[in-house]
Amino acid sequence: MEFIAVFAPLIGFIITGIFGTKMGKWPSIVITCGAMFAAAAASIYLFYAVNLQHAPYTTVLANWLTSGELSVNWALRIDQLTVVMMCVINIVSTCVHVYSVGYMSHDDHQIRFMSYLNLFTFAMLMLVTADNLLQLFFGWEGVGLASYLLIGFWHHKHSANAAAQKAFVVNRVGDLTLALGMMGCFAVFGSINFDVIFAEASKYADTDFVLFGQHLHAMTAICLLLFIGSMGKSAQILLHTWLPDAMEGPTPVSALIHAATMVTAGVFLLARLSPLFEYAPEIRVMITLVGTATAFIAATIGMTQFDIKRVIAYSTMSQLGYMFFALGVSAYSAAIFHLMTHAFFKALLFLSAGSVIHALSDEQDMRKMGGLWKKIPFTYIMMWTGALALAGIPPFAGFYSKDIVMEAAYASSNWSGQLAFWMSLAAVFMTSFYSWRLIIMTFHGKPRSSEEVMDHVHESPSVMLVPLFILAMGAVFSGAFFYEPFVGGEKAAAHGEMSAGHEEAGHHQPEVVPHESGGEDTVWARQSFWGDSILVLDENDSLQAAHHAPKWVKFSPLAVGLLGIIMAYLIYMTGPGVPDKIRRAVPALHALSFNKWYFDEIYDFLFVRRAFGLGRIFTKADRKIIDRFGPDGGATASGATAKLFSRFQTGFIYQYAFVMMIAVISLLSWFVFRAGQGG
Amino acid sequence: MTGLPILSIMTFLPLVGVLIILLLRGEEQDVARNSRYAALYTSLFTLAFAVYMYLNFDGSTADFQFVEKGEWLRPLGIGYHMGVDGISMFFVLLSAFLTPVCIISAWESIEKRVREYMVAFLVLECFMIGTFCALNSILFYVFFEGVLIPMFIIIGVWGGPRRVYASYKFFLYTLLGSVLMLIALLVLFAKTGSTDIPTLMANPVAPSLQIWLWLAFFASFAVKLPMWPVHTWLPDAHVEAPTAGSVILAGVLLKMGGYGFLRFSLPIMPDASAFFGPYMLWLGVIAIIYTSLVALVQEDMKKLVAYSSVAHMGYVTIGVFTGTVQGIEGGIFQMISHALISGALFLCVGVVYDRLHTRDISRYGGIVGNMPVYAFIMMVFMLGSVGLPGTSGFIGEFLTLMGAFQINTLATLFASTGLVLGAAYMLLLYRRVVLGPPVNQDAIEMPDMNKREIGLLFPIAALVLWLGVFPNTVMDRIGPSVDKLVADYQKHVKIELEMTVDVEGKKEESAE
Repeated sequence: MEFIAVFAPLIGFIITGIFGTKMGKWPSIVITCGAMFAAAAASIYLFYAVNLQHAPYTTVLANWLTSGELSVNWALRIDQLTVVMMCVINIVSTCVHVYSVGYMSHDDHQIRFMSYLNLFTFAMLMLVTADNLLQLFFGWEGVGLASYLLIGFWHHKHSANAAAQKAFVVNRVGDLTLALGMMGCFAVFGSINFDVIFAEASKYADTDFVLFGQHLHAMTAICLLLFIGSMGKSAQILLHTWLPDAMEGPTPVSALIHAATMVTAGVFLLARLSPLFEYAPEIRVMITLVGTATAFIAATIGMTQFDIKRVIAYSTMSQLGYMFFALGVSAYSAAIFHLMTHAFFKALLFLSAGSVIHALSDEQDMRKMGGLWKKIPFTYIMMWTGALALAGIPPFAGFYSKDIVMEAAYASSNWSGQLAFWMSLAAVFMTSFYSWRLIIMTFHGKPRSSEEVMDHVHESPSVMLVPLFILAMGAVFSGAFFYEPFVGGEKAAAHGEMSAGHEEAGHHQPEVVPHESGGEDTVWARQSFWGDSILVLDENDSLQAAHHAPKWVKFSPLAVGLLGIIMAYLIYMTGPGVPDKIRRAVPALHALSFNKWYFDEIYDFLFVRRAFGLGRIFTKADRKIIDRFGPDGGATASGATAKLFSRFQTGFIYQYAFVMMIAVISLLSWFVFRAGQGG
Repeated sequence: MTGLPILSIMTFLPLVGVLIILLLRGEEQDVARNSRYAALYTSLFTLAFAVYMYLNFDGSTADFQFVEKGEWLRPLGIGYHMGVDGISMFFVLLSAFLTPVCIISAWESIEKRVREYMVAFLVLECFMIGTFCALNSILFYVFFEGVLIPMFIIIGVWGGPRRVYASYKFFLYTLLGSVLMLIALLVLFAKTGSTDIPTLMANPVAPSLQIWLWLAFFASFAVKLPMWPVHTWLPDAHVEAPTAGSVILAGVLLKMGGYGFLRFSLPIMPDASAFFGPYMLWLGVIAIIYTSLVALVQEDMKKLVAYSSVAHMGYVTIGVFTGTVQGIEGGIFQMISHALISGALFLCVGVVYDRLHTRDISRYGGIVGNMPVYAFIMMVFMLGSVGLPGTSGFIGEFLTLMGAFQINTLATLFASTGLVLGAAYMLLLYRRVVLGPPVNQDAIEMPDMNKREIGLLFPIAALVLWLGVFPNTVMDRIGPSVDKLVADYQKHVKIELEMTVDVEGKKEESAE
């Protein structure tokens, strides 16, 4: 079953990649989409067989690389965490595939597009099924490649190529630290296989390690490198600049890669490596802070952008920040929970935006939209659904996942969790503000696009609307439905109090809370669901504490979210001049937000121009210093020799070669002979 | 093992081809055609023998195999000694593989002096295979230096406008190093009374002498590899050489430097290697960063690939001098992988050069529309050069860095920036040549690759991908040899500290 779930997309990619143009459009579409349906069905079956039956397993395919003590397999590790990711990936990917059949139908290169989507899905599946860091890295860079190909899909556009390259190169910065982290694992554990690392982690909890000349706590050093690695792919602040530019790609790509799956790879990585991060408390504080900063800064930028896709892109970045601070406070399962609900509602938002763009003949600027809701009512409803889920309004999915993330942050014993709670509360306000700003600017008010475009506005074909509907189902129900198993539910709370009190009482005893479910099934809902795939040390278990957070903590995000909606309504519906007034009132703040906190400009100055400048200097150094004092200097000194050499091109090649050989051999023999006599 | 002297057959079979070509008579057209075929068949036969050798190679032992011993300069006890182990076997295979590739690639693009061209390549093949098979230091030297001659002629006769300067520069650089190596070889002979490499490996000379010998060998191998700062001959040589010359230069000649380090420096002068190892790591780091930055601003396609070669060879330097299993295996793998990828990239440049007769990057752009097959194949090699997992380039870079990480984390950090810079310049090249809006009319009217070009590049692409997914094809066979090399070497690293103290002590004594 796991073979179908992972390799069906690869087969689809290879077949359509090689024979696609010969087969024609429809056979290619049937193959790529068929592969995805098969993979999605297989992963749903695995969800039943592995997660509900609690039976994780690993299938070894072949030995990949053996070098000395290093031995790495191609393998499929099918455990609870993997299967959850597989389901998210395959279901969202299937929706996006079907959607693309309609969305890309006017493109001459639709076959290539579908085949790339298959490739991406395969790489993503290899990432989540890895049983060692190297295969994970294979998938990690593989999704990077697919992302590069798809961002630059319209390769006649200069901006698309630039964005694709930027995405690849910025991601590489993260990738190289991930690789270094992997090497660190090997240096400490002598292996990069998850089973070995996880089993040994606790033994090395107090080991020191020399990194970059510093004596560091081994776990801290490794986790630092791995965390920076995850920042690149998941667009955390400092390594995020590629994500907004990546919106140059076709919209289905943005939905699949840059919202639902690839960008969450960093979250998956950290959750997967929870047995390591649990022993690196300083790094978890760092993760919390980075996540918080990302959530906050991205939300501020989202409020002022005009490109509909960029608004959603910054929203994605902001939500990834939420997932990261959840990871930082050891609420790994909450982060994965939010990852899943976010995958549904953000893919929904992107594809709805795609439907709008499609209707408006490829217009992405919200200043040229407006007044669309009567013409494309279904898309309008879908956009509302996604926005409600994003803003965390009950009973939509985002309400459950965002609340548990924030409660876990609040309940965390660390100060950074408190900070994360308050900053993310501010971000909640901004989130619902920019979401409704988007809805109002796009669908309400007077139409701002030309008559001609407005005449062409039409609802998308049903091949695009059905995937929207399926994602909407996920955006509505996935939160309530999976709350219990993913993060433990209300019933657990009653019991949880007992066990929490129990913990306090026996604080000094190294007591291990029993993991078997037994009669207390509901109490250990999430433990029984996740099994051993996620490790949380008892003293770090913020989720347990989250269920006892004060009532106001539970309701404040909702209240703030509603406030954001009202503010957006007041500003953008009632007074058309209000946004301008606000802009003029705080010009510096607005400029900071509108120019994305000037990250691109700073990086361009610090790195890009420096690299090219140094390159030019070194090119000159080759000529002016090395050559001048090396061979060229020698040449001038022996101009006669140069003339001699230049004659050899006139002919007599064999004579020359022959003479050379004779000379070398006779010279040699003479030396050897003398040496032989001397010795 | 087998009764057949297979290594000698491989080495000297190309010379039989040379003889045949020299005997050809008739119209110029006929001679050209016949010499093409004669060269092709000769090299294919050689390749067949090489494959036979590969299939019969025993991957479970570190000993030399297919050994041949004969007499050469009897009065001095200098014997004819050939043999391969896991380290050298793949270089022999590589030489035998790339020669027919070069001959086919020059099928149409070389029009003048075809006969001489083919002769030059076959002579080159003889010397290359001989270099990797020789187990006698003097024999090695003859082959090692012999390579210079045909290469010098290939650049000087069939090269571009500045071929004289380039070939002369190439010669001057390499000769300087090899003179020093010759002296070192003679000193070794004088001290030990042996020119037999396995014997020398078993009995390293005194550590204080090793330092000087090591430096002399270093001069030769560093130029060949090439290492920073003696790399400046390479871009010129590549730019001026004909396509096939670049392929063989990048594919085999550069590897002789790395092979030399593994065959001579590490086993015969282990104490000195341990002493200089840290400096070599940093030289490798400088090479990677410096040349990657230079590659970033190049306007000439061949120059860009040439500088990227220097950067990739930087990984080899690092890997070899980590003295760890992963580092050395990674270094060897990186050499094999780079030979395929860089060779193929030069072929890719050759494909468009044959059509437009310019290597200027800005003259191309947007050719994916008219050359989709070319765009695909170049993408594969570009990604291989970038070191994407799944291609052979990744395995080499990753293993060398993994080896280095165990020795010096800071150097590894700097070296790994090559991953980012490498992506930057290769993607920039690809974007400017293949993607983007069409700029030049003649560029977007170029026909796509023909059958000969496809038949040449697809097998290499398949190899690059195969080695990326199943690198154990190589690893299994080099493993025992490298294990033995590392085990011997590590013994000396452990006593290296005492040794340096001793040397200093002696210096002080002599100063007094």
